[in-house]
Amino acid sequence: MANELLFFMEVLVGGLLAGTMYSLVALGFVLIFKASATFNFSQGAMVFFSVLAFCGFMQDFNIPFVLAFILAAFLMVVVGLCTERLVLRPLMNASEDTVLMATIGLGYVLEGLAQAAWGVEVRRLDLGIGDFPVPWIADNLKLFISALDITAGLVAAIMIIGLFLLFKYTKIGLGLRAVADDAGAASSIGIPLKHIMLLVWSAAGVVALVAGCMWGARAGVQFALVDLALKALPVLIIGGFSSIPGAIIGGLIIGAVEKILEVYIGPFFGGAIEGWAPYVLAIFFLLYRPEGLFGEKIIRRV
Amino acid sequence: MKPIFMTYTKKDLINLAVCMVLSVLIIPTFIKTEYWYTSILIPWLCLALATIGQQIVMGYTGQLALGAAGFMAAGAFAMFNLILRVPDLGFVGSLIVSGLIAAAFGILFGLPSLKVRGIYLMVATLASQFFIIWMIDKFGWFKNYDSSGIITAQDIVILGKPFTTPLAMYFVCLAVTTILTLLAMNMARGSTGRNWMAVRDMDIAAESMGVSLLRTKVQAFAISAFYCGVAGALFAFCYLKSLEPVAFDIKLSFKILFMCILGGLGTINGAFIGAAFILLFPVLLNAIGNNVFHGAIDATIISSIEQVIFGLLMIIFMIYEPLGMAKLWENLKQSMKSKLSSSGIKGVKSPVFKK
Repeated sequence: MANELLFFMEVLVGGLLAGTMYSLVALGFVLIFKASATFNFSQGAMVFFSVLAFCGFMQDFNIPFVLAFILAAFLMVVVGLCTERLVLRPLMNASEDTVLMATIGLGYVLEGLAQAAWGVEVRRLDLGIGDFPVPWIADNLKLFISALDITAGLVAAIMIIGLFLLFKYTKIGLGLRAVADDAGAASSIGIPLKHIMLLVWSAAGVVALVAGCMWGARAGVQFALVDLALKALPVLIIGGFSSIPGAIIGGLIIGAVEKILEVYIGPFFGGAIEGWAPYVLAIFFLLYRPEGLFGEKIIRRV
Repeated sequence: MKPIFMTYTKKDLINLAVCMVLSVLIIPTFIKTEYWYTSILIPWLCLALATIGQQIVMGYTGQLALGAAGFMAAGAFAMFNLILRVPDLGFVGSLIVSGLIAAAFGILFGLPSLKVRGIYLMVATLASQFFIIWMIDKFGWFKNYDSSGIITAQDIVILGKPFTTPLAMYFVCLAVTTILTLLAMNMARGSTGRNWMAVRDMDIAAESMGVSLLRTKVQAFAISAFYCGVAGALFAFCYLKSLEPVAFDIKLSFKILFMCILGGLGTINGAFIGAAFILLFPVLLNAIGNNVFHGAIDATIISSIEQVIFGLLMIIFMIYEPLGMAKLWENLKQSMKSKLSSSGIKGVKSPVFKK
């Protein structure tokens, strides 16, 4: 019995920590959605693009780790700048769905550019953190938890706290919230809309880079990252599109439920239910709470 | 314009006649190479049909859905099993029933559309995409316990006659596509289509005008999935000639979405234009790579460039012409007409006042 409980705990903790990986991707979506009510479908492509560039800088040009990271982050700022200038500004008055379609296009552009520049083969990314159980925890608590999972959890926590402080206590954060509420009103009282957009897209780019590093270290830097990033969508639906804590909680729920279902129910169906279980879970959430756990209630008028 | 036959105007009948003459008489007499049929015309017709399905739910009813390939897979594997297990049904019967099976999936996964819209709905339809592919992959029954993963499609036999040559298969696809396209046009013009568009333009307003959202949305999803299912069956039986779940992955769904949007949302001819563009553009790009640069550019680079260009086009169309290529074509015709009429007849002849 104790063993079964221990095994359940291990599955649960593993799932929760893996969930923080989804949270990291979801965080980038939330940042952009919060500031511009734009759903950025290209976030997954941004993850892939940024981490592939990071790997490319390190492995093809032999640039040291830190410098390569800074370069990749700078590249994401440039991507943010171009997106703001070339995609978002012309579409300022377009409907939400039109902007969403344009970001799908943007995702295609980023995926294509990344592959044209750095090739299509799977790259290994070594962060110096092993994807194996931490001996100390394994000995003392008898739980097998990967060091990478713990790092991802810590990184996610730090980023959440940082972003939370930024939104809550700085002038930029206040501007961001104002723009999210009503972009027109915000710009009429002198909040520089362009700068805010640029800032948000750059921040989302850097978040994508961090998420990409975590995913890349686990699964290798490859095109499949884009599909993995799609799983951030159910996370967002559960947590709510405009809530940073929601992204985290949603990620944790998806991670845990997915693992538990896979381990306990999966074998009856031949396994691999991880592929669709999060989406079905999201549908059930949609039916009962369409705005997500932490989202704002959507009111539509004629 | 006055309808001269049922609700069709003279222009409609001329268009139909031109398309029929072109596809039935001119193409088979002038195109003799098999390559054109097996690699371009047949997939074009199949994908155009699937794109019409996507149009119905997205272009006409305004519901963002991203699971066309899932429904295509459902149709394809339903077809395989029907021919295998219920041989009495015949090819045409199986095709209709497999469309209906796909439609059942469409209804099931279309239900969330009653509560949610936009990106939320997109996620719900992604569930259908992943679920259907997983289901086919995991339960051996659907694949007749074939362990290799790739199943050869049965030969097409209609009324005891085999249709196995590329030309014959082209005619099968052409017949099915023509019938379903005419049906789709009728639906889009009739009260069904009016309801769809009312829901698209403002669902709350439509509901207060007495349009049943439940009926309209579920109907749109069912019909859309029916079209995708039939298209999937044709795609597997006439083009791939094999059945494997991987062929219907999320990438195909995105491709169909692109065909739908670039072609022109809310138009039937846009489906054909979009499908032709997405299908032919890579062929053109490869030809340029092989002939101009003599293979100096790597094939993976070419496919990356293709992706970049599709993405760029998507952005450009969203910014400058959200109604896609069908609208460009319409504009071109309009400007030609006004040029012709202004050179001959005095005064501006506005199309609005034409009776």
